[in-house]
Amino acid sequence: MKFNLTGPFLAGLAKVVAGNSVRWVDCHPDTCQRVYFANHTSHIDAVIIWASLPKECRELTKPVAAKDYWDKGWFRRYLARSLNAMLIDRENIKVHRSPVESMLKEMGDKYSVIIFPEGSRNDGTTLREFKSGLFYLAKKRPDLELVPVYVDNMTRILPKGEYLPVPLLSRVIFGPPIWLENGEPKVDFLARARESVSRLRDV
Amino acid sequence: MDLLHDSTSMIFTAPLLAQQTAFLLDGATGILLGVVISCLLIATGAGQILRRQPDSSVNPAIVQAFIRRVRAWWLMTAILAVTFMIPSPVATVILFFLISFWALREFITLTPTRLGDHRTLFWVFFILTPAQYVLVAMGQSQYELFSILIPVYGFLFIAARIAVAGDFKRFLERIAKIQAGLYICVYALSYAPALLYLKDWTDPEYSQRSTAGLLFYFLLIAQLSDLLQFVCSRLLGKNVIAPNINASRTWEGFFAGTGVTAVVGATLSLTGATPFNPWQSAVMSIVIAVMGAAGAMAMSAIKRDRGVQDYGTLVEGHAGVLDRIDAICFAAPVFFHLTRYYFTTLGS
Repeated sequence: MKFNLTGPFLAGLAKVVAGNSVRWVDCHPDTCQRVYFANHTSHIDAVIIWASLPKECRELTKPVAAKDYWDKGWFRRYLARSLNAMLIDRENIKVHRSPVESMLKEMGDKYSVIIFPEGSRNDGTTLREFKSGLFYLAKKRPDLELVPVYVDNMTRILPKGEYLPVPLLSRVIFGPPIWLENGEPKVDFLARARESVSRLRDV
Repeated sequence: MDLLHDSTSMIFTAPLLAQQTAFLLDGATGILLGVVISCLLIATGAGQILRRQPDSSVNPAIVQAFIRRVRAWWLMTAILAVTFMIPSPVATVILFFLISFWALREFITLTPTRLGDHRTLFWVFFILTPAQYVLVAMGQSQYELFSILIPVYGFLFIAARIAVAGDFKRFLERIAKIQAGLYICVYALSYAPALLYLKDWTDPEYSQRSTAGLLFYFLLIAQLSDLLQFVCSRLLGKNVIAPNINASRTWEGFFAGTGVTAVVGATLSLTGATPFNPWQSAVMSIVIAVMGAAGAMAMSAIKRDRGVQDYGTLVEGHAGVLDRIDAICFAAPVFFHLTRYYFTTLGS
């Protein structure tokens, strides 16, 4: 891994701004391959989750981001690179280049990813329905641990449409991993995954 | 006549100038600090002895809580002592600014606000809070603006800014919550470092002393009264003041604790760190103890309403900054004003 100062700096900055506390509930930090899936309420969610992981896990974890947004201009590209982000093309989709395929290819047998199955940011009160990407990911790679993550209070720190953060205190809660059950239908699995995230709000 | 006037003003300003450049920590404050450190040493020793006792004679959970408390006091004393070593009161002001900022963070985090409040909160955190502490650091010359900036202009601004944001739902409730947070965590607390800038003492002898002693005395009495009321409640308590708000605070503990605080305060005035004589110091200690208890009760009421044990539970599972400063917040403005009115020429 090449020398990178911006990443740790951004992680530190995000931690100061969001004053986050981290809790692992029935789950422990591990360098095994994982898919962290979280609720999405603010632009800095991915950075906060990434910064909440211990250093050795952080080096092996890539936040997944949309290529059409993060590949525009040198600054966004620079940010994406410092945060070790995985840019996924969601426009130019072909049969063998679906977002899930390219994600799995980049993950190889080493990296973990942070994804937001809601697709876009929610309004902070309820979780949106999950997109099916998580299901296909689990189906193709049943060995991956799917770790639900709940990010609390971020919507008040940097809500949708605002650019200046208010330094409130946030929480990042990692929950017990889930797996795709044998023959579990897509709808059931996605509902279960969504429930596993929203359940963490009350622990 | 002029020459005489000049020379007397020289005499009176020279020590003041010297005080500006020297350490805030002078002899009298040093004695006070020494007393505190000796007490902490005794408390630490007592904690270690208690820890070695068999579990049957003392409750290990209480001993653990006691040891943790003592450690927190060591930390507070160390931070204050180091800050006083810096030869400018600005360092202390910055310390209190950081405490205010963090306390306000905890307060607003626990207070439900709506998306329409976002920009107002940005102003509250990054404009009003720093502005208040800049005014403190500008000293007595800015006393008027310092004492009205938040409760007059700030409060009007908050109401207007939320209205402009266009969300009318529970409008009055929302402005009141933000105003209360700003008032308690920032405005009231900022009176503590403002003590450092008090001058023109009616007692000319005290003019040569460092006001750091006054601030340290205030913080010490506030912490001590809280502890003594707790201990007296445990020993003598029968009638709980408000069981729904705080089950451990009793009338007996309140009166006995305040009484003991007054005696300790009178004794501490002998160090010369304050402009008070023993009975004045006893009265001041009573005022601090009463206001401190009032502050602790009021902040407990907010916590019960939000259904949390401590302001810190959201953060790390132990008490937050706000739990530590609630007594100081309520006592600081009253202590400041009483001192200013009765012990300096500015008040009369």
